[in-house]
Amino acid sequence: MARFTIRINREERSTESPPNRPLLEVVREDFGLTGTKYGCGEGQCRACTVLINDLPAVSCLTPVSSVDGKSVTTIEGLSTGDQLTGVQQAFIDMDAAQCGYCIPGMIVEAAALLKRNPRPHRSEILDAMNPHLCRCCGYRNILSSVELAARALEANDA
Amino acid sequence: MLQVMLADTAITPDDGSTAGSRTTPATVPVVRRACAAAREMLVRVAADEWNLDMSQLRVEEGAVAHAGKRLVYAHLARSKQLTAASDNTVPRGVPLTKTADWSVLGRTLLKTNAREIVDGTHRYPSDIVRPGMLYGAVLRPPRYGALLDSVDLTRGKELGAVVVRDGEFVGCAAKTSYEARAALEAIRRTARWRTAPHPSSERLGAYLKRRAQRSGGGRRGPRRRESGDVEAALAAAGTIEASYEIPYVQHAPMEPRAAVAEWDQGRLTVWTGTQRPFGVREQLQQAFRLPAGRTRVVVPDTGGGFGGKHTGEVAIEAARLARAADAPVSLRWTRSEEFVWAYFRPAAAFEARAGLSGEKIVAWDFAAYNPGTAGIETPYAVPNVRTQYFPCDAPLREGSYRGIGAVGNNFAREVFMDELAGVSGLDPLAFRLANLDDDRLAAVLRAAASRFGWSQSRPSGQNRGTGIAAGFEKGSYIAICAQVRVEGGATEVERLVSAFECGAILNPRNLQAQVEGCIIQGLGPALDEEIRFADGRLLNGSFTRYPLPRFRDVPPMETVLLDRPDIEPAGAGETPIIAVAPALANAVFAATGRRRRSLPLQPRAN
Repeated sequence: MARFTIRINREERSTESPPNRPLLEVVREDFGLTGTKYGCGEGQCRACTVLINDLPAVSCLTPVSSVDGKSVTTIEGLSTGDQLTGVQQAFIDMDAAQCGYCIPGMIVEAAALLKRNPRPHRSEILDAMNPHLCRCCGYRNILSSVELAARALEANDA
Repeated sequence: MLQVMLADTAITPDDGSTAGSRTTPATVPVVRRACAAAREMLVRVAADEWNLDMSQLRVEEGAVAHAGKRLVYAHLARSKQLTAASDNTVPRGVPLTKTADWSVLGRTLLKTNAREIVDGTHRYPSDIVRPGMLYGAVLRPPRYGALLDSVDLTRGKELGAVVVRDGEFVGCAAKTSYEARAALEAIRRTARWRTAPHPSSERLGAYLKRRAQRSGGGRRGPRRRESGDVEAALAAAGTIEASYEIPYVQHAPMEPRAAVAEWDQGRLTVWTGTQRPFGVREQLQQAFRLPAGRTRVVVPDTGGGFGGKHTGEVAIEAARLARAADAPVSLRWTRSEEFVWAYFRPAAAFEARAGLSGEKIVAWDFAAYNPGTAGIETPYAVPNVRTQYFPCDAPLREGSYRGIGAVGNNFAREVFMDELAGVSGLDPLAFRLANLDDDRLAAVLRAAASRFGWSQSRPSGQNRGTGIAAGFEKGSYIAICAQVRVEGGATEVERLVSAFECGAILNPRNLQAQVEGCIIQGLGPALDEEIRFADGRLLNGSFTRYPLPRFRDVPPMETVLLDRPDIEPAGAGETPIIAVAPALANAVFAATGRRRRSLPLQPRAN
């Protein structure tokens, strides 16, 4: 057991934990942030995607010790207050969710993509999103959501 | 604010299960009648308040209106008249709005909980947190059929976990799932098992046929239906025959089975993701000898089901752990547990025989081993038909699935139809239309073919080919045209055009998402999915080894939704899947000249 301090969703939190415990379980069980989902525990569905120092990572394969002192953003920390981000709003407008379980991971990934590349080509969106699994197979609406968010971003910049 | 509650056995009525595409035909009319009655009551309150006759009032956008005045439903619902209302003041038989006058139904409406889904606050069963809650983990046998000989629980207890053994059931509960897992690992190392021989997934079709139940009766027994004289017609026309097979596949919903169980003075509450909340309550009542009044099942949501979440095993396990721990317990199966221990869509084998007279099918003899009986009857017009169904003593645990029996039955039938078309010399579309007197099925075939450009010159050669398949199931109709390119062992779907009809369209965007999601999900079992097992172990029970459709697997696709406002709406979530595999198999034949009679079309060894 050791103490780990994480800056999570802009707030400093610490926890006593075995060093190899997955970040996913720390976030869900210790910090009560259940928006980050377990899907496979093998990094193959990316439902558990969070941002570590602004880069997307699968929290199921990330030992808590590796994020000590770092900044972690979960789906709950993406927006500030009541104001949804453009990506979140686009997922609503496109009715992208079916069962919805994969959606937080999808949104976190898409937000990171648009931050580093505000005008992605379709193939760049596919590259970023392809590792994410949606068993309802709502891929077309999810893709449209990311494209819509990118267009909205462009319109705001113009 | 409108709150949608999926199920809570203490509050909501028992509307059966979310299965068989029954929600639209069974639940929607009930909800509509209830809404019509509520509207009538709200209008009555407004009429009283304004001292007007009800017939002078209109309803619009959540309010009752008259000559520029509006009273919103929320205001009206607070009136004494309604808060004091009882069952016998609810008006009966209020007429429903005619399809032609629909202003809400028939339009795209977004989900009421979309915001909670995108901001991460929507709660699935594995997200439920109760005061003092522990996390559980359950010991699974190392092989199918293995029985627990002995196990030492002390190491788990020394690690601070609550440890339960009850016959074959061994589980741990601890403050974190990490600790529960650690305790379970320590126990697992001490477990001794008795194993038994278990078959392999090789030559599964032959295995099932050997173990077919050919006599006996009852709901689960074999079935046989015959009209006309099949043998005589076959003898006169000459017999064409072929056999088909499909493997086991797994639903693999994004959220594995999960439940939170809490006991309070002999009362049990379980939050779980299930398609059958009252069925799960019954399972809990039996497992713990509880009356219904002391057993409550709440479904916050399901995290995907696809027919795979009818049973309450995880609810029972969580409740066992919670009883022993004297604290609420959250149990969520691992992905591996979900692959190995959740029930599978059945593997199946098929034998089809037919006789042709010119372009007409004069005899049809279809035997299905194990797929389930849905979709077993041919929708084509044939004078002499024999349909036989044989349940089999199966090697794996089986259950429902999206479309269930219709997936396999329609695969075999629609590939066989393609083979018969070849013998008849007719084009596959023309052959189907020549043997159909079902206008709705013909309409989706024509609509898909027309959008696809089936009658124009279609790409062929260079390993390209096109295929068509159709099907009817649970009140709705699907036809799919596919274009593929086959390169080595890989089949690339270059284009997919579908036409679907389920009566009056309730919510166009939602319908489109259901149909397209269903078709894309169907690409998995058509092309790649196959559960493999040997010596009692699953060989590919993980997302790494079990390929599922992803973003890049989505082909260019077009979907034609045929609206039939004159027909009561049927469900849409299942039927589209039944035409995917045969359309692709038929396209692969057109591309390569190689007839594919088993799934998946691009099997891989790993």
